[in-house]
Amino acid sequence: MKILVCISHVPDTTSKINFTEGDTVFDSQGVQYVINPNDEFGLTRAMWFKEKQNATIDVINVGKSNTEPTLRKTLAIGADKAIRIDSEPIDGSFVAREIAEYIKSNNYDLIIAGRESIDYNGAMVPGLIAGLLQINFVTNCSKLEIDNNTATIEREIDGGKEILSCELPLIIGGQKGLVEESDLRIPNMRGIMQARQKPLEVIPSSNSSSKTKSIKFYKPVPREEVKLVSPDNLDQLIDLLYNEAKVL
Amino acid sequence: MKLKSYKIIKMSVLAYVESFKGKVKKNAFEIVSYSSELAKKLDTDLVTLVLNVNDTSELNKYGASKILKVTNPNLDSFDAKLFANVIAQAAKTTNSNHIVLSSSLNTKYMAPLLSIELDAGYLSNVVELPSSLSPFTIKRTSFTNKAFCDSTIDSEVKIIGLSSNAFGLLENNTEGLVEDFNPSLIEKKITINSTEKVSGKISIADADIVVSGGRGLKGPENWNIIEELAETLGAATACSKPVSDMGWRPHSEHVGQTGKPVAANLYIAIGISGAIQHLAGINSSKIKVVINNDPEAPFFKAADYGVVGDAFDVVPRLTKKLKAFKA
Repeated sequence: MKILVCISHVPDTTSKINFTEGDTVFDSQGVQYVINPNDEFGLTRAMWFKEKQNATIDVINVGKSNTEPTLRKTLAIGADKAIRIDSEPIDGSFVAREIAEYIKSNNYDLIIAGRESIDYNGAMVPGLIAGLLQINFVTNCSKLEIDNNTATIEREIDGGKEILSCELPLIIGGQKGLVEESDLRIPNMRGIMQARQKPLEVIPSSNSSSKTKSIKFYKPVPREEVKLVSPDNLDQLIDLLYNEAKVL
Repeated sequence: MKLKSYKIIKMSVLAYVESFKGKVKKNAFEIVSYSSELAKKLDTDLVTLVLNVNDTSELNKYGASKILKVTNPNLDSFDAKLFANVIAQAAKTTNSNHIVLSSSLNTKYMAPLLSIELDAGYLSNVVELPSSLSPFTIKRTSFTNKAFCDSTIDSEVKIIGLSSNAFGLLENNTEGLVEDFNPSLIEKKITINSTEKVSGKISIADADIVVSGGRGLKGPENWNIIEELAETLGAATACSKPVSDMGWRPHSEHVGQTGKPVAANLYIAIGISGAIQHLAGINSSKIKVVINNDPEAPFFKAADYGVVGDAFDVVPRLTKKLKAFKA
């Protein structure tokens, strides 16, 4: 089984978010970058398929050379080969089209992406790739089993979950549940050494079209200070919620 | 695909509203309120697409003047590709260049497929009407609610995914013209083996009020105080990441950056310190109340109202007082 995992290179979840150049660009100064958490759950599940079902894992990212440490980390975790499409990721449409072009000439049985990136939160790349390639697609995927050519998938739905099945090739939008937080792997020294020898191919962009642009960022307006209510005066809290906030 | 006597010459705004067991879902009214204002701004008509809804009259109150009604038992259960194709047919038939969708999990699943069908630009998590029509510029949340972003959609056909509770309801009574629409249905490729819904409980996505518990509750056996407060308020229950990681509560209740986003009217956090990832996930909620015995908990900086006190003392008394208040 050939697996491709799509990797987004994102600011760590604890990052303070700031913007620069007149609030048009994310300020990456002092920011630690990580594998997008939803992608990392998928990569870790892919490792299971590699170890138990003999799968091979390629990882792909659309980005400039600054994303390579993140790709090296995926190799240190255990991916076999990394591909970087050398371009700024303009929007979800652009990224999906770039990756879809690559997939067209390199067949995969299973493509794993995250349900969304934690920076732009577009939640569209796996769905767009599925639409472009006309392959099966399930997002909010919280469990995945593959048996021969058939996938069994647990998908989170509003207020519950459902179990689906379909044929490969398949692309999923993964999330927590694919593996648990405690299953995530920290690269060991041997993995890090091996990663240096593994291929990281840089390929040119196919100059796909974009459809949207992020033009200006804002931070939320600082909120008013919290109104503290004494634990001995909970009637006041109810009064505030009813009369002032009007939410009861 | 045939449309009986349905003639639209102008460009339209197409609102797709979801339904469940013959009724429109609650979020439909916000989608129609928003779409109706968008249509006014664009000086065009609004067409509202409903699948398997018996009575659509409630939608008229929010400005749904033309309703395109599809009735077909094969659309009773959701299939992303099939639904995207039906909506694409409706968009083409009604000459709609703007399509408005909700942020439910099903709709967010389907939206990118629709975007490919219509060669449309799609933006999710939109929170306002467009600030400019040319270029078409619209505000959305990004960085998991830590920021907002003005984005343009540069394609001719545009898909707008509206964040829950971002726009609210706007009454705008209108007569509703209902037309039947019979799209052709493509074959389903994905089989649903089983569906499991937590019955009798409100989901986090549908809830106006969410009551959430953290590590401060000390163990799963103490969750009764969270559940009783939630039940009193008609609220959904949620939890912080450590709580779901330790298995005290199911993953489906985990809210935060890697869990579920919450955009409720009222979010009550009990025994949650307020890590930056948690705050990011709940930031879109309107009013936040925090109950915590640690006055230094970062959550107090992000909350509207706070009670510094022991959850095991404060929460049961608050529940009791709310019961009396509701009675």
